[in-house]
Amino acid sequence: MKKENTIIVALAVLAAVIAATWLILVAPSLTGNEINMTKGVTQQSADHFDLHMIVLWICVVIGIGVFTVMFTSIVLHRKSRGHKAAKFSHSTKAEIIWTIIPVLILVVMAVPATTALVRMEDSSGAEMTVKITGFQWRWKYEYLDQDISFISSLASSSNAARQLNSGVVPESVDNYLLDVDHPLVLPVGRKIKFLITADDVIHSWWVPALGWKRDAIPGFVNEAWTNIEKPGTYRGQCAELCGKDHGFMPIVVIALAEDEFESWVSEQLAGKTQSDQQVTVR
Amino acid sequence: MTTEAIHQDVNEAHDDHDHGDHKPTGFLDRWLFTTNHKDIGTLYLIFSLTMFLIGGAMAMVIRAELFMPGLQLVEPDFFNQMTTMHALIMVFGAVMPAWVGFANWLVPMMIGAPDMALPRMNNWSFWILPFAFTMLLSTLFMDSGGPAAGWTLYPPLVLQTGTSFAFVVFAVHMMGVSSIMGSINIIATIFNMRAPGMRLLRMPMFVWTWLITAFLLIAVMPVLAGAVTMLLTDHFFSTNFFNAAGGGDPVMFQHIFWFFGHPEVYIMILPAFGVISEILPTFSRKPLFGYASMVYATATIAFLSFIVWAHHMFTVGMPLQAELFFMYATMLISVPTGVKVFNWVSTMWQGSMTFETPMLFAIGFVVLFTIGGLSGLMLAITAADFQYHDTYFVVAHFHYVLVPGAVFALMAATYYWLPKFTGNMYSEKWGKIHFWLSAIFVNVLFFPQHYLGLAGMPRRIPDYSPQFADFNMISSIGGFAFGATQLIFVGIVWHCAFRSKVKATPEVWEGSRGLEWTLDSPPAYHSFNTPPEVTCNALSRAD
Repeated sequence: MKKENTIIVALAVLAAVIAATWLILVAPSLTGNEINMTKGVTQQSADHFDLHMIVLWICVVIGIGVFTVMFTSIVLHRKSRGHKAAKFSHSTKAEIIWTIIPVLILVVMAVPATTALVRMEDSSGAEMTVKITGFQWRWKYEYLDQDISFISSLASSSNAARQLNSGVVPESVDNYLLDVDHPLVLPVGRKIKFLITADDVIHSWWVPALGWKRDAIPGFVNEAWTNIEKPGTYRGQCAELCGKDHGFMPIVVIALAEDEFESWVSEQLAGKTQSDQQVTVR
Repeated sequence: MTTEAIHQDVNEAHDDHDHGDHKPTGFLDRWLFTTNHKDIGTLYLIFSLTMFLIGGAMAMVIRAELFMPGLQLVEPDFFNQMTTMHALIMVFGAVMPAWVGFANWLVPMMIGAPDMALPRMNNWSFWILPFAFTMLLSTLFMDSGGPAAGWTLYPPLVLQTGTSFAFVVFAVHMMGVSSIMGSINIIATIFNMRAPGMRLLRMPMFVWTWLITAFLLIAVMPVLAGAVTMLLTDHFFSTNFFNAAGGGDPVMFQHIFWFFGHPEVYIMILPAFGVISEILPTFSRKPLFGYASMVYATATIAFLSFIVWAHHMFTVGMPLQAELFFMYATMLISVPTGVKVFNWVSTMWQGSMTFETPMLFAIGFVVLFTIGGLSGLMLAITAADFQYHDTYFVVAHFHYVLVPGAVFALMAATYYWLPKFTGNMYSEKWGKIHFWLSAIFVNVLFFPQHYLGLAGMPRRIPDYSPQFADFNMISSIGGFAFGATQLIFVGIVWHCAFRSKVKATPEVWEGSRGLEWTLDSPPAYHSFNTPPEVTCNALSRAD
């Protein structure tokens, strides 16, 4: 086999492998479906997205390299082309090279991975605290600084539609399975600490736009934090199997500007006083 | 003695029928009371194929319910029973017994032994399994239903299972006993029954990977047994090992489970590495590249598998230092795994390749396992895992290493050694059809699940938001087609065993090396009654 031939075939294979990679990594997004991790609306979610993309691209390059060599060999070194088998069976030099280079690549990956993780785990300096309790199959939110608390369940429209053979077309329901009766309302631009726990079994609180999930475990109080940069409505779901209605305990976070949040808080407190009075009257 | 001489010797032994071939005659004597490694191997393989079809049928239920948004077919609780049982059946009933079946058939033939070292225990370790799985499956028909907390059996959720939970725990105990006995047998056979000259570093890679796998099994199956026993007493005898209200620790279960569970994934994949290392050299007509580093890489992976367990539970809230340790340790696994992939590609490089069905499955394995390995590297990155964890991205990852990984290797092994086992050639045409349909549909089935996970779809949910509809439908179509394709495989195996007119030669393949190919196809009932002399050129390694 002439050397030029090998190079020409290798280039053709490389082009084919790159085309196949494009087909599976880029083309599906042209259908209008989301196929990648969200960049989200927090520093953490941006960190995790960047990290995801760095590692993904490193993996893609490694994969393209390995598959190009392999398929070049499959094209050229076949018996039907009269290729005679070589006799070599080891090369200490090559084996040392392909042990050391991956280690170096790992070191390169480990640096941003460590930085992001250290930043993620630093919940110091929080300006407000929300306690989240998971139970089958609802979330309870307690604003520890504002003395507000409520339970958040799947919205009734979704709940009716999700029954077996309900006859309701899921597409006709607004935010099917991702809507709740009482969303968690949070201010933007404030560092918020979450204390996460559970009452019965393990749940996991996950809003992709915030960039993380954290398990809610009975008997444990886990800490996590966020600092939302953009007002909006962000949806998520329980991420740890928690029984039959695990798929039906969504999370909705509404992030409001600071002043809107404050007026929401006063509304809630006013409403609470009212309902307390009602209880007393009754 | 040359290869031919060994071969002749065996033929003579075979011809006078005094040593090799006295099979028991009655059906029960032959199959129920058998102590023969080939018969027991066959039983294991038939059993695991049956379980593969049952577990596959459950996967069809799962994919059918997920075909479109809304609940159309099953209640959520039954859906959870299906995902749980699918995993338990596939892991403990299909993949693990299939590898033990191949070990039974091949280890004695590969090391030049007449049979396994402990034949009666061998019988017992198999015959436990049908009872264990009958019991496990029977829970689906009990009033309280089968287990529905996922195969990881996390408390406190799993403790909400009804009385059927006792049956699940006992079934897991029996599977563990079976695995431990099987492993002890394999270790005893490899250490005591090798033919003269079959030094450890001359053993075929399949024997090496199984030896290491057997040690992993002995190390971790008792851990699983301990964990489920604690669940049992928590459930029925008011202990509080994992009950926070009673001073217990639910996270402790996860640590114990994954100390078993991570080595467990290597228990399923290391024998696959061995098979690929046997098949690629044969059809490349070239010795395995870097035999010694393959052995060391396998041992390194096995060692590392004990210190990475907590990467399955990054989100439980561990201290930063622990998260860093488990991230770094997990990333390290990609180094020996990379060595293996590079060595396989180098084995093919400059070979003289042909592409019979076993080779196709082996190449499919290398490509698709590499994809699964690379997504594994992504999952190792703790911070990013806070997004990936418990999504379909994880589902895609582990199915890539288990289906086009372990299962493709099992298919490759079947096509490679079935002519040796049965004495007949399978249909190459149908084998290739089976390969191409499997290779296409396994990707249609699992690749879109990467997108679903990244876009935010959690795993283990029976219904989902319509934004995930398109790729779920594609995935389900791939799933149905992949499932149907496996029925072709059943037909091919049946045809090869009972109908095929094409007799296999002792070597079967042009480039095959190793002691098993010096025996007749099918081999005599007892493989080597006199130990063969092991020469370098009879083996699959060159140096």
